[in-house]
Amino acid sequence: MRRVAVVGAGMTLFRHRMLETGKEMAFEASRMALDQAGLDIKDVDSVVLGSAPDAFDGVHMKGEYLLDGAGGTRKPYTRVFVGGGTGVFVPIAAWWQVASGVADIVLVVGEEKMSPLLPHPQYAFWSIFDPILERPLGVTLLWIFSLEMRRYMHVYNVSEEDIALVAVKNKRNALDHPAAQLAANITVDDVLKSEPICWPVKRLDVSPTSDGAAAVVLASEDVARRITDDPVWITGVGWNVDSTYWTNRDLCYPEYLEKAANMAYRMAHISDPKKEIDFAEVYDPFDYKELHHMEGLQLARRGEAPKLTREGVTQRDGDLPINPSGGLLGVGNPIAAAGMMKIAEVFWQLRGEAGKRQVKKPVRRGLAQAWGDLMQVGTVVIMER
Amino acid sequence: MTKVAIIGVGYSGYAPLTPHMSFKEMMFEASKRAYTDAGINPRTDVGSFICCEEDLWEGISITDEYVPDQLGGAQRAVCTVSDDGLVGLINGYMQIKSGLTDVVVVESHSKLSNVLSQGDVTRMSFEPYYERPFLTAETAVALEMRRYMFERELDDDIPAMVVAKNKKNGLGNPRAPYSAILSMDEVLSSPMVCEPLRKAHIPEPADGCSVTVLASEEKARILVDQPVWIRGVGWFSDTPWVSQRDFSKAVYAEGSSKMAYKMAGVNTPAKHFDFIEVDDSYGYKELQHLEALGVYTKENIKRAVEVGETDLRGPLPVNPSGGKISLGDMVEANGLVRVVEAVLTLRGQGPRSLRGAKHALVQSWRGPPTASGSTVILEV
Amino acid sequence: MESKKTLPGTPITGAEWENEVYSFRKHSVQLRYAWDAGSAVSGFLEGLKEGRILGRRCNRCMRVLVPPRAFCERCFRSTDEWVEVKDTGKINTYSVSYVNNDASRRDKPLIVAVIEIDGASPGMGFLHVLGEVEPSKVHVDMKVKAVWKPRDERVGAITDIKYFKPLEV
Ligand SMILES: [Zn+2]
Repeated sequence: MRRVAVVGAGMTLFRHRMLETGKEMAFEASRMALDQAGLDIKDVDSVVLGSAPDAFDGVHMKGEYLLDGAGGTRKPYTRVFVGGGTGVFVPIAAWWQVASGVADIVLVVGEEKMSPLLPHPQYAFWSIFDPILERPLGVTLLWIFSLEMRRYMHVYNVSEEDIALVAVKNKRNALDHPAAQLAANITVDDVLKSEPICWPVKRLDVSPTSDGAAAVVLASEDVARRITDDPVWITGVGWNVDSTYWTNRDLCYPEYLEKAANMAYRMAHISDPKKEIDFAEVYDPFDYKELHHMEGLQLARRGEAPKLTREGVTQRDGDLPINPSGGLLGVGNPIAAAGMMKIAEVFWQLRGEAGKRQVKKPVRRGLAQAWGDLMQVGTVVIMER
Repeated sequence: MTKVAIIGVGYSGYAPLTPHMSFKEMMFEASKRAYTDAGINPRTDVGSFICCEEDLWEGISITDEYVPDQLGGAQRAVCTVSDDGLVGLINGYMQIKSGLTDVVVVESHSKLSNVLSQGDVTRMSFEPYYERPFLTAETAVALEMRRYMFERELDDDIPAMVVAKNKKNGLGNPRAPYSAILSMDEVLSSPMVCEPLRKAHIPEPADGCSVTVLASEEKARILVDQPVWIRGVGWFSDTPWVSQRDFSKAVYAEGSSKMAYKMAGVNTPAKHFDFIEVDDSYGYKELQHLEALGVYTKENIKRAVEVGETDLRGPLPVNPSGGKISLGDMVEANGLVRVVEAVLTLRGQGPRSLRGAKHALVQSWRGPPTASGSTVILEV
Repeated sequence: MESKKTLPGTPITGAEWENEVYSFRKHSVQLRYAWDAGSAVSGFLEGLKEGRILGRRCNRCMRVLVPPRAFCERCFRSTDEWVEVKDTGKINTYSVSYVNNDASRRDKPLIVAVIEIDGASPGMGFLHVLGEVEPSKVHVDMKVKAVWKPRDERVGAITDIKYFKPLEV
């Protein structure tokens, strides 16, 4: 197993609707990542792209369409896909190309252009459901997440106020992120009084739909030592997918995420994640998901994440900063690009390049995680200085 | 680093219609066969599952949601590679090479019979601003076919001979639903779709599922008597813009084969292989691909077809399985379907004339409008 | 990253979009599919037409799977037999939806729930909607019962059950 480093990262603004096409956004993020690594496209051996459902763009085989924007022309190029978990999975698929010795430098691109779909990007999510058993009921993505949120609240006796604290923290953190779409100073009361969409989910509990792209460059140890004094190593990768039948699982706890995390912890030789992980970018398309995921990652005991949040442990200056970037709730949620934004954030934090977002304590090891499908996929990457 | 072998193959469907089973049940059947073939239990012995599929061919967005259960992959490392099945196999190869795991399952399937809007789905794969207003799969193919035949000075009879050869090869393959005795004249008198492309050139859609089990050398030697080794892999894309391609050659096949040859140490591809499985869409693609693979040249490809060098009993059998022309178009499964054929042939379970074959090449193309493809070199 | 004052990208405002300040190419398409339901789901739909909820039992782990499937994902083997379960159950979790699937607001909120069907194995939930109850009266673990469409209106679809209603009042 060869060692694999991250040597550069880049991203576009995240906004509800962008003038740039998907190709153009992929290009901008890729160019910035290559520039930070001091590399040119001719140095790149292979390109891996991540992008979520084709239904958003109205383009079939979207990976082929985005190919030239992502720098894949006349190169080995492919697209991988695990729903919302894709953003953190693309670097994993690039990792095994470098670790196996097949490639030395891989460009990793996450792109999402959700805005083209009319009347609303949410409509694409109707087509993710079982066409025979679920779609006839008029099911929406919001249903299943609110069902999960309700179950989590019920089993661990978590209040809507506890959950709202996450939205308050992340939107405030995002005030320092130059890409942010929904950065704001809000209160718990603002969240509780925001319009109910699918109770218990309210407007301010949810991340927005977004356009955007983000990219990183991975390199083998030889290359990384040659081009940078400051490589960040990928020391653990893990992913796991649970059964399709989401109504047959207890939604109070993400077992698949625990398994994905354990796969990554084993590889990174981590036995006590709570002590050994310095900070984490966990997937927060909804505020309750940050809590849910902290528990699945075993950064908190089951039902304990709300308490840690109340005590300020997860703030940027806390003992275990969670989502110092501002997360999906604050920076925005162009799905595959949002996961890649988390990878980029861990990279910048570990290099001390996060500027006003830099967490207070010294950090050596960070974790990025994403989640998706029918509340079913966990993807985890661990990075170290 | 470890060598990687294919230790099990399975399939189901391979028919124009499969109304008796859902895509899940089709996958369950194919994977059960592959696991039995490899002698493994998917719940305990597999480190990773890879599935190759595209949302709009399934009619389900984020279609990887519906994958794990029927493969034995619930609460396991499962992912989708949105590409041809052969690229999925290559990713499985790299997972094992990297030391991440020692057994990987790769699956791909087609339920094209369930897609009532096949033309609309294909049109949606064209670039929306410049290309989609004009192009369909057939027009894009015909443009390339015309230019390739012009540059090689090929008459209509050459692609027709390829179609006739592959239809006939399929007659010996129990898995090939579209095999037939078809004369060159019958190909040439089939209805014109988009000049010079005729109906008989176009592979017919089929349903089907293919599953392969890959293993590290250590595992392979414990589990099976007859591992088929993966000696080289390559994948490559040309420009996505249809009008900016060099229609005279398949750049993606050239790029992917060069990568695979380098890895496998193959210097003279024209002499290395006992048989070859290549994408043979529309007849002319078989020729364009053989050139790109360096097996034939633009000077000798025409003669090779005319004198039957690539026939089943010729010096270099090409598509002994009957190819896409006989097996049917199974979209993202096409590449993996051919891996299954090549593995069975290398094990002596294919055409009688190929018993004892040791070296095979499998090449695949993602179909119109893409210029993306992959190559794998197999050996027993 | 901080040295880069502004990141690439050109946002379009709502007003610019409404007024089509920039060019757009519009494409409307209706893709049609006919999914083969397969043996397990076909049997399930036939059962619904008759007003019965059917599951499949795996004789190794002894679970009764609802909705039914041809294979057990835990044991990785074919399931063994049909089992009729009850059309009652208890609410595992629920939610109140104020929006449609295209994000537009509903005229009237809709209560959705995962219902653990009586006679299926523990945890075997089922997605459906609730009726004849106010949102404020619903609670986790509430007992509910299916309300079926009249026999001559049932077509073999999940919507042959109109909704579930509380058993207790
Ligand atoms: Zn079982």
